[in-house]
Amino acid sequence: MNTVIDIQNTTRRFGHITALQDINLTVPTGCIFALFGPNGAGKTTLLRLIATLAKPSSGDIWISGIDTRRNPHEIRKNIGFISHQTMLYDDLTARENLAFYGRMYGLQNLNTRIEKVLLTVGLKNRQRDRIHKYSRGMKQRLAIARAILHHPSILLLDEPFTGLDTSAQSILANMITTLKAEGRTIFLVTHDLARGLALADRFGILFQGQLVHEASAKDISESALQTLYENKTTE
Amino acid sequence: MPIFLTQTLAILQKDLKTEWRTRERLSAMAFFALLIVIIFNFIYEPGSPIIKTVAPGIFWIATAFAGLLGLSRSFAIEQQNDCLMGLRLTPADPGAIFLGKMLGNTLTMLILQALILPTLVIFLNLQIAQALPRLILPILLGTLGFATIGTLFSAMSLNTRLREAFLPLLTLPIFIPALLAAIESFRAVLEGSEITDWLVLSSAFVALYIAACLLLFEYVLED
Repeated sequence: MNTVIDIQNTTRRFGHITALQDINLTVPTGCIFALFGPNGAGKTTLLRLIATLAKPSSGDIWISGIDTRRNPHEIRKNIGFISHQTMLYDDLTARENLAFYGRMYGLQNLNTRIEKVLLTVGLKNRQRDRIHKYSRGMKQRLAIARAILHHPSILLLDEPFTGLDTSAQSILANMITTLKAEGRTIFLVTHDLARGLALADRFGILFQGQLVHEASAKDISESALQTLYENKTTE
Repeated sequence: MPIFLTQTLAILQKDLKTEWRTRERLSAMAFFALLIVIIFNFIYEPGSPIIKTVAPGIFWIATAFAGLLGLSRSFAIEQQNDCLMGLRLTPADPGAIFLGKMLGNTLTMLILQALILPTLVIFLNLQIAQALPRLILPILLGTLGFATIGTLFSAMSLNTRLREAFLPLLTLPIFIPALLAAIESFRAVLEGSEITDWLVLSSAFVALYIAACLLLFEYVLED
């Protein structure tokens, strides 16, 4: 299986603080990788490095064979990012938000693409409403539509379940499973061990900027993961 | 249409649409500019000979200070819901993002100036009707220069604690040469003098500002 995310000896420092230290990690194509870790472990920093929003202080990150330092614009075409922030404009309608991002990605047949993603996230009937009228769950569904609008092969999810009600969490989990079935690679950062384990093919535990454990998610129970997590994240 | 132009127009259209719907920036800017003109109305006798000398300065003081009020909000809308991160995640050219924002700010300030000019006529009894066609180009150049620098520093000051203080402290000193040209060309138009030299100076500064800001903006967007 091809490697789509390849992180080699990557360290990221902010002044005197080392946020990530000597990370080595590979994620194969079509895999859901869940990254667990306590607050301040460096999870979001790692996600930002993969998304080319920041550069490693040392080491290399390759996305689909492209060096993040050399050609970040090419990598961004293939990355969708979902976080607990929607990255949507409250004073625009759902359709206008998607049209805006579609133009920024330079998409062809934009109207058809918008129709399709709105249908996927179940917001076609509300597409002409300004999104400040949307509930948190609806906004998050639209954020998913924004992230998959350009048909990215890699999806980065940063605590996507935060602030969602149970129903919206189920919709999001189903959507992640569907996206995996379409062959996309998903890198999920979450505190929620149970949900992360249920979705993931592989998982990792990040603690104090170091990847302290990495394994298949198929061979471990939820309780065993909980115990492992506590052991690995205790100083 | 080239992708760079599509991205620039997408940003411009989005900013203008948002502003049209909320009118947050323009209403505050217009009210502030009106207050400045009214204050000068108390200082100078309306219709007195000195008005022609001081009106260009009053016009640009109102534009600059009210404009700074609007510029400080220019990138603030990108902070809402972390939209700036959304923008940075796209493969958009940073230059296109900058130009889109800058053109949006320029248009907003031109609308503001279209409101300031009549208030100069009303409150200071400035006779401007015949000079108006010749005023368009110097005002346009000055505004373009101001919006260019202001847009860059608005983005730079986004994550600073004293954004409102930081923005004028950075913008105004660098804008002074272009501001001088803008005021002097306005005054020359009112006095019926030649303005070519001032226009050349203004154009040179605008070109310099745009080139420098296009080069620097990529680094401003970085972490």
